[in-house]
Amino acid sequence: MNILVCVKRVPDTSENEIEINNDGTDIERDDLVYSVNEWDNYAVEEAIQLRDKLGGSVTVVTVGDEDAEEVLRREMAMGADNGILITDEAIEGSDGRGIASLLKAEVEKGQYDLILTGAQADQGAAQVGGMLAAMLDYPYASLVNAIEVKDDTTLKVGREIEGGNQEMNEIALPCVLSIQTGINEPRYVGIRGIRKVASVEIPEHGLSDLGLSADDVGEGAARVKRADYFVPEMGEGAEILEGDTEEVAQKLAEMLKAKGGIK
Amino acid sequence: MSNQIFAYITHHGGKADDSALELISAAKKIDPEAKVTAVVCGSGGDLDGLCQEVAASYPVVWKIDNPDVAYPNAENIRGLLVNVLPKEGIVLLPHDTFGMDLGPGLSIKLDSAYVTDVVAIEGADGDTLKTVRQEFGGQVHTHVNCDIASGAVITVRPGTFQPDESKSASGQIEDKTSEAGSVEAKRKFLEVLEAEIGEVDITKEDVLVSVGRGIGDEENLEVVQELAEAMGGVVSCSRPIVDAKWMEKARQVGTSGKTVKPKVYLAMGISGSFQHMGGVKGNPFIVAVNNNPKAPIFQVADVGVVEDMVEFAEELTEKINELK
Repeated sequence: MNILVCVKRVPDTSENEIEINNDGTDIERDDLVYSVNEWDNYAVEEAIQLRDKLGGSVTVVTVGDEDAEEVLRREMAMGADNGILITDEAIEGSDGRGIASLLKAEVEKGQYDLILTGAQADQGAAQVGGMLAAMLDYPYASLVNAIEVKDDTTLKVGREIEGGNQEMNEIALPCVLSIQTGINEPRYVGIRGIRKVASVEIPEHGLSDLGLSADDVGEGAARVKRADYFVPEMGEGAEILEGDTEEVAQKLAEMLKAKGGIK
Repeated sequence: MSNQIFAYITHHGGKADDSALELISAAKKIDPEAKVTAVVCGSGGDLDGLCQEVAASYPVVWKIDNPDVAYPNAENIRGLLVNVLPKEGIVLLPHDTFGMDLGPGLSIKLDSAYVTDVVAIEGADGDTLKTVRQEFGGQVHTHVNCDIASGAVITVRPGTFQPDESKSASGQIEDKTSEAGSVEAKRKFLEVLEAEIGEVDITKEDVLVSVGRGIGDEENLEVVQELAEAMGGVVSCSRPIVDAKWMEKARQVGTSGKTVKPKVYLAMGISGSFQHMGGVKGNPFIVAVNNNPKAPIFQVADVGVVEDMVEFAEELTEKINELK
């Protein structure tokens, strides 16, 4: 089975406090630690496990600038066979549809049986996988937390739905699945693994390689645009307890007792 | 603004989901004069009663009765919807596991703009609809402008718009079943596997000590367990703890886990995503302990502590044991 996994380089929210810059045009990016989007990492692990069972290949693709290459190398160190960087200055400002258009063109250049994305990324939109599927006229399932291969043409997939329940479906190949976290346990990638793939050549595809023009993507084509970042006027929020750890713990213990939190 | 507005009504067991009334309020933010059309898909049985329930709140209800959507298979429903929805319409969906499944593909097939997980709508200015979203798990807000000239599909975060309880629409039900046509399914629904019941039923507990990513290491669970024991409560958790296989799924609080109704909810190292807080009901006394003062949990908590949760849990356990 030949599998394409779409990945994204994002600021790592477990390593950073995300703050807005002075004029609200962007977040403060100077000291951000970036990593591969958490959901995508599960998607790559799932693809590697399927390939190891069935044969075939895993290709990771990302849309981004030169810096985005590092996440491709990281996922190749995990075990992906190939990487592709879609990069072009005209891509800047694309909305979800623009990104999906690029990926569609890339899919059509190859021969893939299965396309995986993360269920969502840093913007929390959860859109590119479903758009890509519709553009390709492939079936789609989102929030997938289990994949079982039935035969050459069909997968059985579980979708995570409300209340911790799981919705089971049969889906025809080729298809697009968006992967939910927890579907597997992504393997650890050590420095040695990264070094091994450090010099592997990663092809770069621009708009002309994909048969697209600057009118198809970028800010000009985007119908959905972020105007600014802002801090909303919130209610008062929590009463923050002040003092040293011992004082705060004492205060909180008394509050909890008063509220019935100590039985 | 001349776009017709549609609200997709999700339902369970013959009753409309809470989002049905919230989407009316969202539509009125787009156009206060909107005559919103509800779209109800299903099959036989309860469908007519459901449409009548919905017609109390919507002036027009479109009924699509098709055995292929007896279960809400988003791929099948999309196939029917593209046959009846006008391309320049604005379609509102709940941002839940169904809306996320249907929305992206629907927007492509209708050639419409797509905005997801909207938490507020500031109104339309000509063909530009101004919405509010969040990014980075709720750490920052953004204004997002959407060009609605050729229609839009918008998913709305559950619980963020006031439900419109007026029920004064006495709407007309229109049968769109034949116009919607049939589906060519490449994805077939099989069954729903119910969540397993764990060793502890967190939905019945008054005191929950809930632990999130901030715990850092599995070994630290012991400290949290001791705190919960001191309080006479039990340990629950947020999604990353289950993803890491450190606790069983039955302990997970959130829309994809359990809905809990404790009296006291102590959130340790939990950032407070809407998916997590969506599982905390009944207006408990919420305490948040998190080393990131910007964590969204501090907006919903009653009391906050900005500290490393592991160290603080040990200290708090000691103080509670002294008080008892």
